[in-house]
This record gives sequence, C-alpha cells and structure tokens, in this order.
Amino acid sequence: MSGKPKLHYFNGRGRMEPIRWLLAAAGVEFEESYLEKKDDLTKLRKDGSLLFQQVPMVEIDGMKMVQTRAILNYIAMKYNLYGKDLKERALIDMYVEGIFDLNELFIYYDIQPADKKEQHFANMMDKATNRYFPAFEKVLKDHGQDFLVGNQLSRADVQLLEIILMAEEFKPDILAKFPLLQVNEWRVLMDNALERTTDLNWLRNRGEWEGEERSDLENNQIC
Amino acid sequence: MSGKPKLHYFNGRGRMEPIRWLLAAAGVEFEESFVEKKDDLTKLQKDGSLLFQQVPMVEIDGMKMVQSRAIANYIATKYNLYGKDLKERALIDMYVEGMFDLNEQLMSYNFQPADKKEQHFANVVDKATNRYFPVFEKVLKDHGQDFLVGNQLSRADVHLLDTILMAEEFKPDILAKFPLLQSFKARISNIPTIKKYLQPGSQRKPPIRPEEVPKVIAIFY
Repeated sequence: MSGKPKLHYFNGRGRMEPIRWLLAAAGVEFEESYLEKKDDLTKLRKDGSLLFQQVPMVEIDGMKMVQTRAILNYIAMKYNLYGKDLKERALIDMYVEGIFDLNELFIYYDIQPADKKEQHFANMMDKATNRYFPAFEKVLKDHGQDFLVGNQLSRADVQLLEIILMAEEFKPDILAKFPLLQVNEWRVLMDNALERTTDLNWLRNRGEWEGEERSDLENNQIC
Repeated sequence: MSGKPKLHYFNGRGRMEPIRWLLAAAGVEFEESFVEKKDDLTKLQKDGSLLFQQVPMVEIDGMKMVQSRAIANYIATKYNLYGKDLKERALIDMYVEGMFDLNEQLMSYNFQPADKKEQHFANVVDKATNRYFPVFEKVLKDHGQDFLVGNQLSRADVHLLDTILMAEEFKPDILAKFPLLQSFKARISNIPTIKKYLQPGSQRKPPIRPEEVPKVIAIFY
C-alpha cells in the first residue's frame, strides 16, 4: 500500500477527470486502476467497494469515496483549494457548479446519436460562449486579480482551466472574445503544478477515448 | 429588506425544494418570489441577478446565490448541518449525492413522454429499492445511531427524509423492506422544525401535477 490515492475508473476522462486535475494541481501523486471490461466493474460491485455500485471511486485516507462531487470537495478542502472562509466557498461552489453543467454537455457529446450531434454541438458552443465564459470573464474583469476567488489558486481556477482546454479541443478559437480567460499567467502556474506530478500515465492518456470505452461509460452513467 | 433569505423559483418543488427543506430544518424563515411566466425569468436575467441566467436563485447574506448545490452547501455549513469535520463531511457528501441522483429520477418522471413513463417508473422503483435505500438502511444498521452521520442531525438526514417522502408518493409501500428507514422517517419527521414544515400551510410544495408540466416547460425552455 503506497499511501497514494488510488483512482478506479475507465481509462478515459469522463467523471474522473476533474479529480485527476485537482490532485495534479495539488501536487499529489496518485495511482489508477482501470476498468477495461464489464467484469472489472462487476468485481468491484461484488466486493462491496462501491457504495452506489458506480465509479468513480477513489481510495483515499482509508476511505473508498464515491460520487464525483464528494471526492472533489474532500480533496479541495484537504489541500486548501476551497477558499479561506464560507463566503469564498460560496463563490467557488457557484462557479464550479456552472462549470459542471457545461462539462455535462461536453461529456454527453460523444455519446449522442449521429443525427443529434450537430444540434448538441451547437448548443454546447452556445452555452460556453454566451452563458458560462462571459460570467467568468466578468469575474476576472471586476476584481482584476489573477485567480477567480480570494486572490489565490482554488479549485475554481483548476476546473475552469480544464473546461477551457476541453472547449478549445472542440473549437480552437472559442476564447476569441475572452481576453482575460486567455491570460497565460495562471495557466503557467497550472502547468508548473502539472509538471510536478509524476503520474505519467495520466498525462499520456489525457486524449479522447473512443469505441467500447465510450459505450461502457454510457452503460455506467445512464443506468 | 427583511433580512430573511428570499427564494426565486417557480411555485413548485424542482431544484429549490432541498433548499427549502434545509432552511426549514434549521428554523430559518424565508420569503419566496415565484417565477410564474417566461417574462418573470427574463426580467431576472436582464437585471443581472442570475449568474448563469438560471434559477434557483437565493438572496442571502448580501449575495445572490445560484446553483442549488452551492446554495445548499452554504446553508448547511452556516447552520451546522454539515458534520463536525472533514471526514463527516465526506460521508455526508457521498450520501447526499446519491440522494440527489435518485431525486433527479423521481422528479423527471413527470417530464417523460407518455410512452416512456412506465419504464421510467419501473427504473426509479428499482433504483430506490435496490441501489439507494439499502445503502442508507445499512448505514443506520451498522452504527445503530439515530442520525446518518456523527450522531447528530445533518443535511444528510434532512435530504433523506425528503427523498423518502417523495418515493412514497410514487409507491406508498416503498419502504416495506427497510424497517430502520421507517423508524428513521418517523423520528426525523418529529423534530420540531421539520414537523412544522410537514404541516399543511407550510412553504413545502406539493408534487407537480401533470397539467402543470407544459407551463413549467414554457417558462424554462
């Protein structure tokens, strides 16, 4: 037992990716155990490891934590990425929940039937550029600081960076109208944090997944 | 300005109901401003009150908070319904997220097309009785305490009672195989602030009636 957190999920982004990002930003090395076929999930279910029979599951500090938000809340608190008081937490939570909503749209794009993909894509891009990114651009503009909340790095910055990079994969110029979101300074900070993590598997596999992993994800998420 | 939290939503449960429950359980009086037609929502959007153009929105402590989980987290922390330390919070968060997943399925029943309702109903009952309720029954059994976490009332107990009551509206005998959840239900319902919220005339909202569904869709979509 290494003492490092151990992540149980498919070898792909899905609902585990924000967790990987947060651990990496905190400089915490982690291990991963990949579910590659249905039997792997069945086995975890049968040995009572999954509270609600679902992954993500993260073994951390003697717990087998499930539910993405529960895991993220715990990691953020533990590693001081959740603001310094209740009011900062309220802002962080609002921003992060908006990011989760946009992330849902991105996650579900890949599993749309072919005849619905175009509509879904248009909706995703519309929400990103007209609902979510303007809100965060305005936050940065209004206080003029480098970070979203409390003048220091928090999970809000980490999760925003993650979603920006995902959005740019869909549409490279998506930040055209958002100069403050483009600012590199805190991105560089993030890159430094990412370099500190030695979990090369995670860094290597940050690409898209496809094919049977996608349908496995669909089976897991939807049922 | 009364100083009381002010809730902006349509006159129904939806995503605001867990927030109403928490405020009620904490004994906090609140006001409500109902969005009854599309114009009401548009007005809130135009005056910059809604960070992501959506309700729920709650005016509280000088903030216009949006996103139901953010609001619920704030209220739970402020009123000591979120456990005493990080480990208790972790348990509460896990349990509550499971409940929210079940709630989504319960609530979306009324918005299903007619030909999908039966299947959806069967799926909801299956998830409630085979995935979620067994977990909470086991939690109570394993520690033998009155509350889900930390031997004191937390948001986990409040949200679970809400979920149980909604599930019973679906299927009255849904707790048949869960004796500890049955006694949990009775016990938590008897807490004075919660008992008051369960009385007729409180701000608790009834389940949405099928004929109201088109009106709600018209406001939000």
